Amino acid sequence: MVIKKVNNVIEALQGVKPGMTFMFGGFGLCGIPENAIEELVHLRISDLTCISNNAGVDDFGLGLLLKSRQIKKMIASYVGENAEFERQMLSGELNVELTPQGSLAEKCRAAKVGIPAFFTPTGYGTEIAEGKEVREFNGKPHILENAYQADFSFIKAWKGDEAGNVIFKATARNFNLPMCGAAKINVVEVEELVPIGSLDPNQIQVPGVFVQRIFQGTSYKKPIEQLTLSES
Amino acid sequence: MLTKDQIAQRIAQEIEDGFYVNLGIGIPTLVANHVPKDISVAFHSENGLLGMGPFPTKGHEDADLINAGKQTVSTLPGASFFDSATSFGMIRGQHIDLTVLGAMQVAENGDIANWKIPGKLVKGMGGAMDLVASAKRIVVAMMHTNRNGESKLLDRCSLPLTGVRCIQKVVTNLGVFKITKEGFLMTEIAPGVTIEEVKQATVGKLEISSKLKEITIINY
Repeated sequence: MVIKKVNNVIEALQGVKPGMTFMFGGFGLCGIPENAIEELVHLRISDLTCISNNAGVDDFGLGLLLKSRQIKKMIASYVGENAEFERQMLSGELNVELTPQGSLAEKCRAAKVGIPAFFTPTGYGTEIAEGKEVREFNGKPHILENAYQADFSFIKAWKGDEAGNVIFKATARNFNLPMCGAAKINVVEVEELVPIGSLDPNQIQVPGVFVQRIFQGTSYKKPIEQLTLSES
Repeated sequence: MLTKDQIAQRIAQEIEDGFYVNLGIGIPTLVANHVPKDISVAFHSENGLLGMGPFPTKGHEDADLINAGKQTVSTLPGASFFDSATSFGMIRGQHIDLTVLGAMQVAENGDIANWKIPGKLVKGMGGAMDLVASAKRIVVAMMHTNRNGESKLLDRCSLPLTGVRCIQKVVTNLGVFKITKEGFLMTEIAPGVTIEEVKQATVGKLEISSKLKEITIINY
């Protein structure tokens, strides 16, 4: 079996450079690659283009890369929970490309599976459609959306084996699955890395062929953005 | 006049046995509380969950299990998880039967604006543009007028659009309105509200159904 295991986040991030385009899995703070983000902050590389559904919060997730001014352009669908983001967007320091959530997911999936572009009804007749080719299918207008091109994707999974096979937990699958395999180098951090043969092939959600590097993550904080409880 | 919770109660009457339903944030979220007990319904959360249950009890919250509003939730028996591309495939592929969402403005031709106010900070459209472009059946839940008392049922949306010609029905605190070729067709009116009051509060073209009836709120 092909071995994808690397020893730590430092090895996993080898080759990241200023000006690159990165994808980050996660929805809100759920399923975000905490170790990779922390290491990117440490590496201080800047002028980054980041593709992620959200932009973290002020003191966690991609908010950390924003605070250290490493992001030049942010591609996201919703960025509501981050005051530093707002400040940088309003001052013009940060270039923001808002993209409908389903189109964002599909632009990742398309990149992963070798589809350069696709037509979608989402955004037709809105400012999202400006400058995009429109074509009618079955009597309904659609707009052309291009697949993303990214240098690295940073993925967070629940379990993985040394061959890069990956399993996610609950709603942490979100953008992690379509992004995993969508970049030139796909880096997966897992809560539990197991030897080859330990995972049931029936349960694998992303086969190791889509992964270049996998490592055992450490010190996960997994904060909850909105704790909501029922009375028992 | 209906309260926000009564708007949700009226919209819950649109849900049929066997429906997969996506509820937006705000008034739409309240709809889940009013589903008749004798029908089976599955709630879809676009971040990757079908069969969403209530908020967890203390000690059962899980950072890996949230809804599209980033709130901790639970699953019901028969629930399933999936990724975001699959989730929006369910929406785009018209596998979700009913979408309920809020709006800032709806136009008489079914256009909707609910994501951006020029000059104010833009947070993003999230999944709203995908939902309105593709959902099989879309019901808007909103107050009839905004905080300044201005009508939200217009001839044309003045705010940037989320989707074009996509809304079929609007339920407000004043009534139920179908979008037809003739504009807003009021089919039901809220208790204690006069037709004149609805006319005053509606800028878009308004027709009154010959079968106009009063909204009935049934408590399940």
